[in-house]
Amino acid sequence: MKRIIILGAGTAGTMMANHLQHHLTHGSWEIDIIDEREEHHYQPGYLFLPFDIYEPEDITKPIRDFIPRGVNLINEQIDRIVPQEQYVSMKNGDRLHYDLLIIATGAKIAPEETEGMLGKEWQKSVFDFYTFEGSLALRNKLREWEGGKLVVHITEMPIKCPVAPLEFAFLADSYFKHKNLRDKVDITFVTPLSGAFTKPKATNALQHLLDEKHIKIESDFAIESIDNENKTIIDYGGRVVPFDLLVTVPTNKGDELIARSGMGDDLNYVPTHKATLQSKDWPNIFVLGDATDIAASKAGSVAHFEAEILTDNILRFIAGEPLKEEFDGHANCFVETGNGKALLIDFNYTHEPVEGTFPFPGVGPLRLLKESRINHMGKLAFRWIYWNMLLKGTHIPFVSTTMQEAGKSFD
Amino acid sequence: MEKVIAGATINVNEEGYLTDFSQWNKQIGTDLAQEADITMTPRHWEVIDYLQSEFKKEVPLSIRKIGKSGVVDIKEFYQLFPMAPLKTASKIAGIPKPVSCI
Repeated sequence: MKRIIILGAGTAGTMMANHLQHHLTHGSWEIDIIDEREEHHYQPGYLFLPFDIYEPEDITKPIRDFIPRGVNLINEQIDRIVPQEQYVSMKNGDRLHYDLLIIATGAKIAPEETEGMLGKEWQKSVFDFYTFEGSLALRNKLREWEGGKLVVHITEMPIKCPVAPLEFAFLADSYFKHKNLRDKVDITFVTPLSGAFTKPKATNALQHLLDEKHIKIESDFAIESIDNENKTIIDYGGRVVPFDLLVTVPTNKGDELIARSGMGDDLNYVPTHKATLQSKDWPNIFVLGDATDIAASKAGSVAHFEAEILTDNILRFIAGEPLKEEFDGHANCFVETGNGKALLIDFNYTHEPVEGTFPFPGVGPLRLLKESRINHMGKLAFRWIYWNMLLKGTHIPFVSTTMQEAGKSFD
Repeated sequence: MEKVIAGATINVNEEGYLTDFSQWNKQIGTDLAQEADITMTPRHWEVIDYLQSEFKKEVPLSIRKIGKSGVVDIKEFYQLFPMAPLKTASKIAGIPKPVSCI
């Protein structure tokens, strides 16, 4: 019997386990999935936890509940991949041979990359919200915080869910309004990008929202260090931004396992063919989700679209057929804008987010790049879809794997 | 759109980046630098040479990569090309505006 090993039981790995179990049922393939963790986290929930919109139990569930029967879940630590000899070496000394390997080990924060970030103010006045612990600690801080300078900050790109820091700023505006504290809170958004977002049309729409909510922006800010004594962030050009409360998105990196295996770039992302999702170095290794180096968003929706295409490609690879170059970088993200509204963006490698209707051209009901309440309902409904459909590999009705151009206003 | 600089006509996009690297020469680089209030020195040119050679190899550029290049550290890169060094230096080098991954 041949063996497929999936590394990582997060969003991408879990979806692949479900897809492959469904397509490879005839007993000639064993499917294993390895993750050292016990709990699956709904990472978009980290954005809502600090504002008391979600409770911890809304966003964590046992990994085991989402792994289908017929797939072995191995709850152990991985040491390294040895691609030359096709095995995964485990911390406990086991060597697991594979015929086909799927890397879905994700990305995580690396606050140690920035001088002073893990200083004495860490989790006192300097917080992240990209981990469960960070998000929860920030919730407790916000519950008692009485105002001052709130700085929402991105260290460097790429990061997971690139709109999340903006959403955090928008939700903070709304949160402090409801607490009748908004006049005591000064919000500044600090980014290494030249504007609110990376694509021009979305940047315009988002900049407009920042102005409306009186959120200041400091762009082109490449952080050098955090001064814990004076509570400031300093950039390489000498610019200084003071804070009373800093909510930062630290550098994001692929898993250390990738570095130990000598398979990553300088941020531990695995060089991956952007249309087939095959590793550039090893034909029997495939990569998806946040672990790849492709220029698509690091987001669950991207992993979802990738998983559908990668499943086809793995079946082709097993059958000895050529791979399909189908992945177009499709991403689809709700952007929470506060006060019960959200906007929606849909884009790919070549098409930036524009205005229009989604998923039905000309009908909607969701509106692209425009604030609306129904978009916000969509975002909240998405948690249910995530736990009940997305992880199980169920196709989301009406949402195509590759981006559709109909219903959008391109110039 | 077209732009006349250093006695030559070059094609630039709406943000002023050259759209055809083959039109670039050192005098154009010097004049583009002047528009950004930068007087080029041999040290500036070393960095520009590096950016151009990476561009020719189709290697995407980032501040992090430049910091680790051994050519210049980030601090000095900022001193040479203040404010948004990668964008300013790319413009002077005649290569496209660096795209940030999203």
